[in-house]
Amino acid sequence: MGNKQTTFTEEQLEAYQVTGVTRQLAPHLVPLDYTNNPDIKVPATLIVTMPELKENPFRDRIVETFSEDGQGNMSFTDFVDMFSALCEAAPRELKTIYAFKIYDFNRDSFICKEDLKKTLNKLTKGELTPEEVTLVCDKAVEEADLDGDGKLSFADFENMISKAPDFLR
Amino acid sequence: MPPKRKNHLVIDIENVGMDVDADFDSESEDATRRRSRNRKAKPQRKARQVSDEEEEDEDEDKSPKRRGQRRRTKSRGDEDEDEDNGQQSVANKRSKASRRRGAKNSRKEQSDEEDESDKESKQKRGRAVSKKSKEEQNNEKKEKDKGKNGDNKNNKKKKAEKNSSPVSSDDSDEESEEMSEGELEALKEQVEEKKKLIATIRNKPWRMQKRLSVLKEAQDFVERFEGALGKGKGRRLYAFKVMMTKKLIKFNRDFENFKTACIPWEMKIKEVESHFGSSVASYFIFLRWMYGLNLILFGFMFGLVVMPEVLMGLPYGSIPRKTVPRSDQATEMDLSVLLDFGGYCQYSVLFYGYYNSDRTIGVLKFRLPLSYLLTSVGIFGYSLLVVIRMMARNADVGGDGGDDADFTFSWKMFTSWDYLIGNPETADNKYASITTSFKESIVDEQENQKDENIHLRRFCRVSANVLILCSLGGSGYLIYYVVKRSQDFAKMDPSSLSWFEKNEVEFVMSLLGLVCPPLFESIAELEDYHPRIALKWQLGRIFALFLGNLYTFLFALFDEVNGKLEEELSIKNSSEWALSQYYANYSAFYNTTVVPPPNVSPADVIRGPCWETAVGQEFVKLTVSDVEVTFLTILIGDFVRAFIVRFLNYCWCWDLEAGFPSYGEFDISGNVLGLVFNQGMIWMGAFYAPGLIGINVLRLLTSMYFQCWAVMACNVPHERVFKASKSNNFYMGLLLLVLFLSILPVIYTIMTMPPSFDCGPFSGQQKMYDVVMETINQDLPAFMGTIFSYASNPGLIMPAVLLMVLAIYYLNTVSKAYQQANADLKKKMKTARDDEKNRRNNKDSTNQMMKDLEELLPNKSLLPPPFEEDTPSETVSVKNSKQTKTKPGPTGKGVNVEKEVSLAAPNPRRPVTQAPVQRAGPPMNARGAHAEPGRGRGRGGPPRR
Repeated sequence: MGNKQTTFTEEQLEAYQVTGVTRQLAPHLVPLDYTNNPDIKVPATLIVTMPELKENPFRDRIVETFSEDGQGNMSFTDFVDMFSALCEAAPRELKTIYAFKIYDFNRDSFICKEDLKKTLNKLTKGELTPEEVTLVCDKAVEEADLDGDGKLSFADFENMISKAPDFLR
Repeated sequence: MPPKRKNHLVIDIENVGMDVDADFDSESEDATRRRSRNRKAKPQRKARQVSDEEEEDEDEDKSPKRRGQRRRTKSRGDEDEDEDNGQQSVANKRSKASRRRGAKNSRKEQSDEEDESDKESKQKRGRAVSKKSKEEQNNEKKEKDKGKNGDNKNNKKKKAEKNSSPVSSDDSDEESEEMSEGELEALKEQVEEKKKLIATIRNKPWRMQKRLSVLKEAQDFVERFEGALGKGKGRRLYAFKVMMTKKLIKFNRDFENFKTACIPWEMKIKEVESHFGSSVASYFIFLRWMYGLNLILFGFMFGLVVMPEVLMGLPYGSIPRKTVPRSDQATEMDLSVLLDFGGYCQYSVLFYGYYNSDRTIGVLKFRLPLSYLLTSVGIFGYSLLVVIRMMARNADVGGDGGDDADFTFSWKMFTSWDYLIGNPETADNKYASITTSFKESIVDEQENQKDENIHLRRFCRVSANVLILCSLGGSGYLIYYVVKRSQDFAKMDPSSLSWFEKNEVEFVMSLLGLVCPPLFESIAELEDYHPRIALKWQLGRIFALFLGNLYTFLFALFDEVNGKLEEELSIKNSSEWALSQYYANYSAFYNTTVVPPPNVSPADVIRGPCWETAVGQEFVKLTVSDVEVTFLTILIGDFVRAFIVRFLNYCWCWDLEAGFPSYGEFDISGNVLGLVFNQGMIWMGAFYAPGLIGINVLRLLTSMYFQCWAVMACNVPHERVFKASKSNNFYMGLLLLVLFLSILPVIYTIMTMPPSFDCGPFSGQQKMYDVVMETINQDLPAFMGTIFSYASNPGLIMPAVLLMVLAIYYLNTVSKAYQQANADLKKKMKTARDDEKNRRNNKDSTNQMMKDLEELLPNKSLLPPPFEEDTPSETVSVKNSKQTKTKPGPTGKGVNVEKEVSLAAPNPRRPVTQAPVQRAGPPMNARGAHAEPGRGRGRGGPPRR
């Protein structure tokens, strides 16, 4: 009774499966025994080399978003968090929320044009000319910005995303 | 259950509760609702406490009930508090439950304490309203006195409705039964709530730590109380359901993958598309579609004509039409002859002449001539059907998706990356495709934004069209002139002509084909169209040019056919004459009337030129040379050029890659037209050479691989990558036109030309279609013949045609009406969207009309009641204070909480709660003394941020 984790919840089980993955990434950091909730963090540089993330243009942002310290160093629960949000069964609303956070580079709760520019450059590997980037960002804001403040709030973002046919992730 | 542990648990959970509370900012709508309820409830309760004391002596018989009532109200207050604190409620309840068992008094204390804390947090508000509510309460009491019964009922109803926590169960004995019922009800509700929480815990954007504890809490609760309610298998069922859903999802995904894998060349085309844009990909999709069509046509031709003849017909060498003539036998297997489709090839199953004219062949009594004719005509029918159906479907696609255009860029930006990509190569392709699609959209957008001198542009376009018309007319006249000249040359002695004079037509044609397309392209620069539209113009213009090509080809062909027909007639006459001579001599010599047929080898029989085979040969040769030219062009024009540019660049005096030769671009218009005209050749030639379709299938197959390779290896994307129109109906339209043009000559020959007398399935008939008449007359029952004769009666055909015209007219009208409706709906949608935008926007800048109207109206009429107006702002402030309180809270994770706050901020419901704050200005104006009558609604508001 006194023990905190006598029962395994569904997510915990999932989590314990994932432990193996984290161990593969950083065997020297992650212990086998997780019963005492050790406070261990895997650095971002290791996380982004995972096969699931290593080709993703937003990998750094993803890791930063889900990590507790905002630097990308992830504790075990952060790690589980990340994959439960990225997994297929995760509900759309949750994904929307996290997607917004990922795209919100400067963490001001708005996707402003700077964020859009960064997103675009990551998506196209900087192949577009600056004029084109500006054009695209302006157009995107114009399309999705419903309250006319020149940046996308979460409401705008959700409204836009909810109509997107292929927002699956 | 030791109480100690419970306390510990309570504390633990309360911590969680605090965290959760911070979270509830995100769901502040709910929170607001709850709080407002809370507020309403509290004064009532207090008032009741007061009034109870006053009226206790008045009616003593009611007192127990009232006590119960008071407790209920209290408990209701507790419940509100609980709801307010979300998860805390569970803890409270459970703790209460435990204490309940321990001692009643302690429970009361507890609730009182809670009351106290409640008062502390909301004292001010409570006091402010309490007086008013007291009065209300008094009124209520009076009313109650008037009608006890009704009141009783009311109370009970109240009990049933909002009674609540299990706390209230241990009340006075007389109510225990009712309460237990209510308790059960409430418990069920809570269990359901918990279950819902368990089910939706994935949706909560919380940290895993919190999720785990909340989940555990909820599961504990459900486990403990669900057993009491007699349904404990819910969890298992849930797990099973989840598992099945997962499996279903996985299966669906696999099935989708399988379906995609079944589409031929999908990967190749996607790869090309990712680097060269959808316009180039549209050519390959068109090519693939053509391949499919040709495969089906090949199936028809092969299964119904070629195979029966090969399997059941007479073997090679048995009759003259299946034997190479003696004079050609020496060279029949020479490669040069075979490459010209002479020699053995000419007398093979590839060509019309090989087929025998026996009415039926084999044991199956297969009617080959009939099958030949019907299949040839059926191919046209099927092709027409498919092309038109495709066009209709494409047009259909263009109809819907009115909302698509709204978020082009945003969607591209936020949803284009495929998060399943783990392969570097795929990722590169995806980057390329995203970049390409952005470029496409940018080109479209730039086209929309373009605004310049419209008169200049119009002038440029008109002059460009004039120039192109001139060059088209010039080349048309040139073709006409050359063909005329070649007819003159044909009458002269071939030996006196130079090489140039003999091949003048071909020379001029290829020269035109070489010079004109680039010329058109450079003239089209003047027009400055969007590249997609420019491509269409280019296609149309080159098509017009190529029509000249087609015209000369057909012209030459019919000349040849006419010559052959004359020759055939003379040969037929002479061979008949020879045969009659033979019969006359034979009967004269042997003095008998029973004449055996002349014993000559089939190779030595005199035979006609068989013009159908000759025409077929022409088509096959043309197709093959077309393939050769295409492949050579790609090899030399693209591959060698790319090779030179790539490797000579190291030792050259200027930059070859960026400078003059550079790499080639993929020539969409040329390739599409090549494909279309090639298909026209196939349609025309299939009747004369059944094997042609097979050759074409091979050609398309190789060309698919070869061109895919060539475009990826040697070409660079267009300077302005543009999106192909969603429906490639323009290609289809060209194809339909070519199909129509190629049907005409074939049907003409079938209906009017006499077939060769000694080769092909129709030899011996006056006209080719006689084979149908023959079948109708001989093989079908007599009434069918009469039906056909009626059906071919002009009296019946005319009304039928009239009916069809009417049907077309009707359908056309209907489709126009639908288009109109579609346009209207689109407009409506756009208006709705604009409205939404305006509603959220600052009002006075967007809707002058409304503003004017509002100025005319009395100020209060449109405003919401002040009370509701007030509450949210207060809520916000309370919330904020709570937030600050929780930050250094027991979790000890300052950073975490801060993140939670930032996480909660972008919640969709936030603007809803804030909206009244934004609107707070006008109502204050309305109520306040300084309200200006003329002040508009939007203008008076405070700055929005």
